[in-house]
Amino acid sequence: MFALGVALAAPVFAAQSDSSQGGGIGSETHAVPARQSWTFAGPFGKFDPEQLQRGFKVYHDVCSNCHSLKLVAFRDLADPEGPDFSEGQVKALAATYKIEDGPNDAGQMFERPGRPSDHFPWVFANPEAAKAALGAVPPDMSLLAKARTYPRPFPLFLFDAFTQYQETGPDYIVAILNGYTHPGDDHWNLYFPGHTIAMPRPLKDGAVQYTDGAPQTLTQYSRDVAAFLYWAAEPKLDERKQMGMRVIAFLIVFAGLLYFTKRRIWAGVAGH
Amino acid sequence: MSGQSTYVPKNAFAKWFESRLPLIGFARNSFVTFPNPRNLNYWWTFGGILAFMLGFQIVTGVVLAMHYTPDSKLAFLSVEHIMRDVNYGWLLRYAHSNGASLFFAAVYIHMLRGLYYGSYKAPREVLWILGVTIYLLMMATGFLGYTLPWGQMSFWGATVITSLFGAIPLVGSTITTWLWGGYAVDNATLNRFYALHYLLPFMIAGVVVLHIWALHVPGSNNPTGIEKKTDKDTLPFHPYFTVKDGFGLVVFLIVFAWFLFYIPNYLGDADNYIEANPLQTPAEIVPEWYYLPYYAILRSIPSKLTGVIALFSAILIFAFLPWLDRSPVKSASYRPLYRIFFWIFVAVVLGLGYIGANRPEGSFVIAGRILTICYFAFFLVVLPLLPFVEKPRPLPASIADAVLGKTAESQRKT
Repeated sequence: MFALGVALAAPVFAAQSDSSQGGGIGSETHAVPARQSWTFAGPFGKFDPEQLQRGFKVYHDVCSNCHSLKLVAFRDLADPEGPDFSEGQVKALAATYKIEDGPNDAGQMFERPGRPSDHFPWVFANPEAAKAALGAVPPDMSLLAKARTYPRPFPLFLFDAFTQYQETGPDYIVAILNGYTHPGDDHWNLYFPGHTIAMPRPLKDGAVQYTDGAPQTLTQYSRDVAAFLYWAAEPKLDERKQMGMRVIAFLIVFAGLLYFTKRRIWAGVAGH
Repeated sequence: MSGQSTYVPKNAFAKWFESRLPLIGFARNSFVTFPNPRNLNYWWTFGGILAFMLGFQIVTGVVLAMHYTPDSKLAFLSVEHIMRDVNYGWLLRYAHSNGASLFFAAVYIHMLRGLYYGSYKAPREVLWILGVTIYLLMMATGFLGYTLPWGQMSFWGATVITSLFGAIPLVGSTITTWLWGGYAVDNATLNRFYALHYLLPFMIAGVVVLHIWALHVPGSNNPTGIEKKTDKDTLPFHPYFTVKDGFGLVVFLIVFAWFLFYIPNYLGDADNYIEANPLQTPAEIVPEWYYLPYYAILRSIPSKLTGVIALFSAILIFAFLPWLDRSPVKSASYRPLYRIFFWIFVAVVLGLGYIGANRPEGSFVIAGRILTICYFAFFLVVLPLLPFVEKPRPLPASIADAVLGKTAESQRKT
């Protein structure tokens, strides 16, 4: 697993990185991920349910063969500020999974069909099993879009505070998925620090069937799944940004009133 | 806290109560009739902002504590439980984590204001030292709190900082083991850090009471640095400064809300969204932004022990400011050379912060060493020696003169 070390005042300008796959070299330069345009960026940002549904399909058909999503429950997919699947769809989806439960009255563990309140199960019994099968443990995807980033050197990180650029994680994920640029080498990635990535090329054009007419291309898949992962990592984003708008509007009006009150009170004081 | 109580209880109950515990009169003297210098500018509103932030952090922290689990196996998941399943849990947690950063931003502005206007000089030395004490407690609290989510940076930050004590000769490793509650950062460490993180804010609150008490003996310093002399120099705290502080606070809250609602992870580290893994060191271990200048000083010095001494000296040296600065003039407004050095010092600290965030290699090492020397030179060379070469501008006779004179001057110009 790889991790960018990042400064805190300067969230994304700190460091080069390292990988357990034996990659990262500090001074090596890497291609910079391209800035994507996201519906959930900026002060009015909102997730696009259709994009999240497509992104979920990519996760479901491809990523979930190796990666867990343990913090997300099936019922979360029905969130109207998320993928907005219907309750019926969620129930049907959950039922396709086998969930271990128990022990029952006889003291036995048993398997039952999934319910909406269950979390996504992992195909592997434990990290050791995953490592034995794949050679490395694929990171859990629940927080991946917030746990990955890329360096934003001075002065870019200063501008980011004003432009509200928070989507370095999804941009990085899109870059990685499009970064397998050596046709002969499925473990070579343009954007991965050290360029050697444990995950072989996971997606290519036509790999996932979309039913809503969206283009079935790698570019589209990578954007959709990165959006889905950002939702998985930050499910309350819509609510947060909407509340922020109201809070800041209130505070600006309140500050205005206080300012004029202050001027009125101080009006009689000589020299002010 | 200052002067005779002018409060006369109006009703029978207040009279009865006041003769047994003169609390109403005390509060009234301290926060209503208290005479403040009339010329306080907006940099003085940060005291009130800090009091608000302390209360805010305690309230959000206590509620978070109701949902958090201090167990190394569950801590990370319980934070995500707060973020996903607790009603408005995301709001509480982002408010608390960004609140800590904004609290530090405010305290740095407050300290720099004191540095610029010479607020640490007689008769406010004890007030200043109590402030340095609060700052130290804040740093400890911030560090302890940052370990609680038990992400990668929590864990490795805790490992690096506690290992610093290992540099102490003879007893170093014993102290480190004692801090950890074992032979590595583990569940015992998390448990005690949680207990201490809950305790320290209340100790801060206690020292804040002393800080305000010590403030109310001489009263606030002011932009001229001249003590208040007559009633003409002052205005009552209420309504003049309640409304001014209130306005300052709300503007500050707009900035806070910007961080909280729109860029809640801007000041955080992406690695802390990866659960702590003792077997995997992150590529770069970086502390929270508010420690970065000190981190740069620590890493600028090749010897670990000397580095640790330099780190703690860099913080504790603030306590000696009242005696290092030999100038009888308080305010930088009347000290042409000091004003320049003040801004150089600010640039040095920002530079150290930038270096602290970067890998200590190449030119960063050299720059770090030069700026570390500059940092200490400000305290040990510039402050003591500057008065011998600096010719201060003439001071006004009183605060009222300064305020009214300025107006007269600006009226003459227009």
